Amino acid sequence: MKKYWKIFYNGILPSNPVFVLLLGMCATLGTTSSAMNGLMMGLATTAVLMCSNPAISLLKNLIPDKVRIPAYIVIIASFVTILQLAVSAWMPGLNATLGIFIPLIVVNCIILGRAEAFAGKNGVFASFLDGLGCGLGFLFALTLLGAVREFFGTGRLFGLAIYPEDYGMLLFVLAPGAFIALGYLIALISAITRKKS
Amino acid sequence: MKKLASTLPNMILSLGLITISAGAALGGMYMLTKDKIAAQETEQRLTAIRQVAPPFTNDPVADSEKVEVGGLPFVVYPAFENGRFNGAAVEGVTMSGFSGEIVVMCGFDAEGDVVDYRVLRHAETPGLGSKMEEWFRDPAGARSVIGKNPAVTNFTVRKDGGDIDGITAATYSSRAFLEALRNAYEAYREIASANGLKLSGAGASGSDATSGASKQQVGSSDKSGSGDGRHERGRKNRQERGLHKERKGAEQ
Amino acid sequence: MSMQLIVTGAPHIHSRSDVSKLMWNVVIAMLPALGVALWTFGMPALKVIGISLAACLLTEWLIARFLLHKPFTLFNGSAVITGLLLAFNLPSILPWWMVVIGAVVAIGIGKMSFGGLGCNIWNPALVGRVFLLLSFPAAMTTWPVDVPSGVDAVTGATYLSQLKHEGAAALQSGTDYLGMAVGHMNGSLGEVGSIAILVGLVWLLATRTITWHIPVSVLGGAALMSWALGGSPLIDLLSGGLMLGAVFMATDYVTSPMTHSGQLIFGVMIGVITIIIRRFGAYPEGVSFAILLMNSFVPLINRYTRPQIFGAREAARAAKGGAR
Repeated sequence: MKKYWKIFYNGILPSNPVFVLLLGMCATLGTTSSAMNGLMMGLATTAVLMCSNPAISLLKNLIPDKVRIPAYIVIIASFVTILQLAVSAWMPGLNATLGIFIPLIVVNCIILGRAEAFAGKNGVFASFLDGLGCGLGFLFALTLLGAVREFFGTGRLFGLAIYPEDYGMLLFVLAPGAFIALGYLIALISAITRKKS
Repeated sequence: MKKLASTLPNMILSLGLITISAGAALGGMYMLTKDKIAAQETEQRLTAIRQVAPPFTNDPVADSEKVEVGGLPFVVYPAFENGRFNGAAVEGVTMSGFSGEIVVMCGFDAEGDVVDYRVLRHAETPGLGSKMEEWFRDPAGARSVIGKNPAVTNFTVRKDGGDIDGITAATYSSRAFLEALRNAYEAYREIASANGLKLSGAGASGSDATSGASKQQVGSSDKSGSGDGRHERGRKNRQERGLHKERKGAEQ
Repeated sequence: MSMQLIVTGAPHIHSRSDVSKLMWNVVIAMLPALGVALWTFGMPALKVIGISLAACLLTEWLIARFLLHKPFTLFNGSAVITGLLLAFNLPSILPWWMVVIGAVVAIGIGKMSFGGLGCNIWNPALVGRVFLLLSFPAAMTTWPVDVPSGVDAVTGATYLSQLKHEGAAALQSGTDYLGMAVGHMNGSLGEVGSIAILVGLVWLLATRTITWHIPVSVLGGAALMSWALGGSPLIDLLSGGLMLGAVFMATDYVTSPMTHSGQLIFGVMIGVITIIIRRFGAYPEGVSFAILLMNSFVPLINRYTRPQIFGAREAARAAKGGAR
């Protein structure tokens, strides 16, 4: 039982995909202009991870070693496309805000990375937990970054106005601000985790 | 079960099975969502139209007409209320934005007054040109275009002799936006007259000499197309400057 | 046995008095421009300068004391210079809290995050200024209404903003060259007094604080590019922050190349990029971006313009011959 908890928790903080492994940067920087966008993107990625990891783990013995990368990518891309079709059909607002970043989940290094490093070598339930953990870690990172950028950039948090928008530093809504905010968040989290250990 | 060896037949079999299954799953999902997705797109357009147009009972998308103004494609979505022509929403475009294309959806009523507008697409500088999404609805000063009629009010920035306050430090974007609106009005006029409604052209009335000069330019720039718009504006500027200079000299 | 001399980037270790002396020479060089700023813009200018200085010093003290646990007094001079230079890059009517944010960013992000004096890659004052420009674009491009633009007696605008937003055609009428040079034009605090800046340059050269390479190459590169693109080199040199950038910002020791040849490349590129941004870019002024861009290239320039160690070529040839 403890083993399973460790696998799950690993992706949330010790090996957080964004703050520690620095994977999936494109999605991280591109979709975090607001906390809600970051949250939605995190949920979408988690959904894919929860499907792709167990699926790959199930099929791991049927996939010869030499063709594992193409096989993994086909499986991941299928799940992402299913997700995209679902979102286009039933959540058009989300489709508009996240736009091209939904199909880009396919090339999010986290998904392929976890498939290769974990799902291809472990059991189905463990892979599911790993996918869930990494997904939630990603979700946490994106929501946090999105919240920081939204708060400093527009004075809002999850759409709620905290202070007038005129006092907001527009830079944080743009790409350079994303990099700056991310850099400082990584530093902050490193400092915190280092103090713990 | 041991992992399959990487022999050629194994690899072909494995990949083949996976891709076929994936294809089947995707095909199924596609069939499931196809109609819903198509409906969504029309629904989105309809939402935009509903936000800006006067009340209607018809299907504006089905009744839409394409009009070309200044070499650019405009789409007019007429609004009929129980058979009576109530106005229309016009999807207009301009390429004169600071960063290129700006797409605006503007609603006009039966008198030719602006009901509302939405900026559908633009790439203007954030914090400057991007303000046009709210600026021209702001009742402060002479910013708002809501309720104004392009035939009566001069839909040009004050700097060029018009009646609308442009966005501070974003004159190019303001000019482009208003140009899109003026041309949208022209497109609307055409469809309105096809439906029996006679509306005067943009900038048809005027008061003082200054606006008179620029209004002539506005009229001709509409006819010659927005491609020439820039040249006209340049000439307008010099004219305005000439008048400013005279006035300054007179004061001294 | 070969003697390997490892040369590190500026600054080299000075005794404290030398660093202070250099810093104060720079401050003295900035005084004429300061005077023009006060004359053209009045009390608001003093306010901006004062707040910028105070905020920069306070930020540096706080970070040094509580985050880095380093002694503070060593940094005194450079924080003052950053404070002054940042103020020189701002409009006189900028709200006080924006000045504070600019100062915190300039010192905190632009300098201390990299490790403090000597470790930063980008000019801290410019980091602060560009941060403010992108965060508050409207406020950073709003100029006092009672100051002329230097062209055509239009007030409340600068020459460059007119050029960008009204188009070149609108500026055909009279340019007050002498006025622009003396300070009778609009812009940020330090931009307007071109002659004052040149006086400062003379002081810096006379006291051997800087060499001629960077200022001349920046202005030369800009003039050349301006002429090549069909503009007026004189107006381009006199308007905007080009003079200020060439003399005070590009010459910052920490963020400019070590060798003279490197400095010449650095300077010319800054001048060229400035004019390109002014003509084709989204913002009216390009010096800040140009300098920051070239700051990024300084390590590369340093690597490729390494001074030849005396006798190195002979030794290399001998080694090659010996190996065969």
